[in-house]
Amino acid sequence: MPSHDVLVIGAGLAGQRAALAAAEEGVSVGIISKVHPVRSHSNAAQGGINAALNPGDSWESHAFDTIKGSDYLSDQDAVEIMTREAPEEILHLEHLGVTFHRNEEGKLGTRAFGGASAARTYYVADITGQAIMHVLYEQLMKYSEQIARYEEWFCSSLALDENGECCGVVTRNVADGQMELFTAKSVILCTGGNGQVWRPTTNALICTGDGIAMAYRAGAKLMDMEMIQYHPTTLAGKGFLITEGARGEGAHLLNANGERFMEKYAPNKMELASRDVVSRAEQTEINEGRGFPDGTVALDITVVPKKRVHEALREIVLVGRDFAGVDITREPIHIKPGNHYTMGGVKTDVDGRTDIPGLYAAGEAACVSVHGGNRLGANSLLDTLIFGKRSGRDAAARAKRNDYSRTSKQVLEDEEALVADLMSREKGSGRRISEIKLELGQTMDGKVAVFRDEAGIQEALEIVKRLKEEAKTAYIDDHGSVFNQDLIAAIELGYMLDNAECTCVAALERKESRGAQYRTDYPERNDTDWLKHIDLERTDDGPELSYSEVTITQWEPQERTY
Amino acid sequence: MAEYKIKVRRFQPESGEGPYWEQFDVDLDPSLSVLDGLLQAKDKEDGSLAVRCSCRAAICGSCGMKINGQSGLGCKTQIGEAQEQANKMKAATGVTAAEASSPIGAQAPEAQDAVRATGQEEAEQSGSRTREAGREISGDDERVRPEAEEAAPIIIEPMGNMPVIKDLITDMESTHWTKIRRVTPWLLPHGEAPEREYVVEPESMIDITQSMACIQCGACVSSCLSMEADPDFIGPAALAKAYRFVGDPRDAETAERLHDLAEDPHGIYDCTHCFSCIDACPKGVAPMDQIMRLRRKAGEEGIEDPNSGHDHEIAFVKIIEKKGTLDESLLLQESFAPGFKGKLKPNRRAIREMIGSIPIAIRGIKTGKMRSLRKLIPGVHHKLPDQDDVKAIYRHAEEHNEELNLYIRGEESDDAQPDGAAAEEVTNG
Repeated sequence: MPSHDVLVIGAGLAGQRAALAAAEEGVSVGIISKVHPVRSHSNAAQGGINAALNPGDSWESHAFDTIKGSDYLSDQDAVEIMTREAPEEILHLEHLGVTFHRNEEGKLGTRAFGGASAARTYYVADITGQAIMHVLYEQLMKYSEQIARYEEWFCSSLALDENGECCGVVTRNVADGQMELFTAKSVILCTGGNGQVWRPTTNALICTGDGIAMAYRAGAKLMDMEMIQYHPTTLAGKGFLITEGARGEGAHLLNANGERFMEKYAPNKMELASRDVVSRAEQTEINEGRGFPDGTVALDITVVPKKRVHEALREIVLVGRDFAGVDITREPIHIKPGNHYTMGGVKTDVDGRTDIPGLYAAGEAACVSVHGGNRLGANSLLDTLIFGKRSGRDAAARAKRNDYSRTSKQVLEDEEALVADLMSREKGSGRRISEIKLELGQTMDGKVAVFRDEAGIQEALEIVKRLKEEAKTAYIDDHGSVFNQDLIAAIELGYMLDNAECTCVAALERKESRGAQYRTDYPERNDTDWLKHIDLERTDDGPELSYSEVTITQWEPQERTY
Repeated sequence: MAEYKIKVRRFQPESGEGPYWEQFDVDLDPSLSVLDGLLQAKDKEDGSLAVRCSCRAAICGSCGMKINGQSGLGCKTQIGEAQEQANKMKAATGVTAAEASSPIGAQAPEAQDAVRATGQEEAEQSGSRTREAGREISGDDERVRPEAEEAAPIIIEPMGNMPVIKDLITDMESTHWTKIRRVTPWLLPHGEAPEREYVVEPESMIDITQSMACIQCGACVSSCLSMEADPDFIGPAALAKAYRFVGDPRDAETAERLHDLAEDPHGIYDCTHCFSCIDACPKGVAPMDQIMRLRRKAGEEGIEDPNSGHDHEIAFVKIIEKKGTLDESLLLQESFAPGFKGKLKPNRRAIREMIGSIPIAIRGIKTGKMRSLRKLIPGVHHKLPDQDDVKAIYRHAEEHNEELNLYIRGEESDDAQPDGAAAEEVTNG
């Protein structure tokens, strides 16, 4: 039974940063990831990371942009912390070896990004997430004596002690199927978002909302689950991401008539308005018949100097060439809004603490909330790092104060029984896991997307409930121990269904339009009734609703135009 | 939508059987990927088909595999293109890639008899398929004239140079990651970090961003011919990773790193310059180029190259500069004993090497590869008559002392437009 003072689940940016921060405090750390850490989805963050580091810039300006971007649903104390600590974090990464873009003086250079009033996005070409994550993994290798890595171990259930405090997690070694209860004094969930609940999505196949569902099942509160970001520029059909950096470099959005339609929707910021605004504008153009026959509009990168494209948007050149057959330096590429980011998640305070003592969450799995109704581009990497770091530190401090609690093996036995049940289902006894996933994804993309209404969300919720029943008899083909991906997919489906149910319930409840939640039946923002978070707690009859205050420090809500 | 046959080299470790081929029929748009094809087979037919995958967009590096014998990423290879390639291979050789590729029993020779074949061809060849067998097949009349309308199956195998765990899943830890850790893969700066960022040449960051672009997928390792011969070779991925530090002006251990990598018999001089890794790399990292840069830096550091590669390169440049054409006899002499005409200062090693190469020269003359005995005498080789153009090329190269880095520059760009820095100022404003 492996034991660590601090156990980090998930090894993307938040997880790796949390592990390193905890190790710096001198405690023993274990980091568990269902894939090899460098396969984590933080890789996909292309454009950059925001920080007010330039002399002319200020954290207040960054904070205001973030809060306005969130449609005033973010908690301003958390945003203040994130934006104040951002410059130091960028310098820390630079010192660790991240190959940030330099200006002519050899100092850190920036690019413009959506919703921001200054060019404050630091970047490595358009592989920023990858470059940072690989450098953090270098540090994990460097500190391998302090940080034990469990690469390709899958977590399926949190363990609580008799006082209801989190004391470990049930894991499965993917390589040989061995199941174990890992114990810890603090557990940090850094398992990322739930994009796979939608299809298509820019998210990787591993983004199945594992930590959100595990925390929910253990009794932690979830928050802002209705807030799902649709990214304005994804490839039609496949859902691949075209970085906002493209628009940051000056690319235009055009409808089928060749009109630069953002003039109508955001005359000042144009293509660089907040993502929710741009996605709605595109979807409106498409719905009103000014899109292309394949349900898209065009992103014209040909207006960006070619050398700059090759230097700063290289990944997009490859994505265009390899996945759409388009040379983006010569012709516009067809794009549409696509599922991209989970603003909501496990409700935490500014040190990553959830409602369950000993359980922390950071990164996309968590909801601090710094993104509120809509996340600004290049704030996600920042969120993972700042709150990963803070969670790691606080989790280490807690571990120093406490002893290991007595853990019961019950949770492991329950989990083993669950696996045995899945394995025992006969072929043909129910539906295939993949069929249920497909129906779930298409349902959510059809009904709980850019534009929503009560009837659609209700219908989606009914389907999700039916799929939950069907999942109970769904069968798998693989009955082995070694790399049983089939079994893991079945457990992940359970996570996805819990995530979907919570999103539907919260989206039905919020009877207004704010950020990513646009209700065609309630098209206005309503601060009087809805300037509040929706919290969800698990009961046997589904999620139970409650509300919590939005923390406002110095920025009173105003009308939001770009 | 189109129908494809994908033939997967499978291995189920718990079955007690050896590897076998299994063919799946899938139906998808030609622009979708080989990985999409595999996932369709997994979703609809057999959930036990094991393949690592995550992002589907060539960023995460999970789905390294061999497709028609070529190492790469499943998600980055369009299935329509893979089909064309499979057809071409069959048409050209009369054999499918499966038959031409590595023997099925490579990982478990004792289990060759257990080869379970699904197609007729395999049934005939069961248990005895080797490279040789593949060649014999090509002599078979039936195989020489494949029926044109019948598409060859797309052949999918796990990556090479690594143990196979299950189906397309290989053990990257014992090979790839162990070698990565071998190169001390973290920055080693001197002293305290500055208060702000390290100030460095902008080009230097772009330069190492090429090796930073590596996603650790292992395709280069899978394709590496040197590693096939010497499994201890540090290899293309780890050496590219090493360049990321050697080329980083913030790293203070450049000389130590270079000595370490040069003096290891499985280090930078173990690469045979075969270009396989450059072909295989899905991200344009060009690992072999990074290895060559390490060699050049090692040469600049005064490290003796056991193959005299660095001296050879310098000799080459100097001779062409002098004569406008290559004088092979001088090349030999210069490579082992740097110095030029008259200033020859042969060291003991140079003399040893020169004597050692006499049999090769004689063989060259015997087989007609070296046509003129006179050319063996250094300096006899004629000069190019008009050398002004050659001199101009050298002058230009010296004035524009920059490395041709396709990663940064892309294809030759029509470049009369503002550069990056100017664009940045615009957006700043």
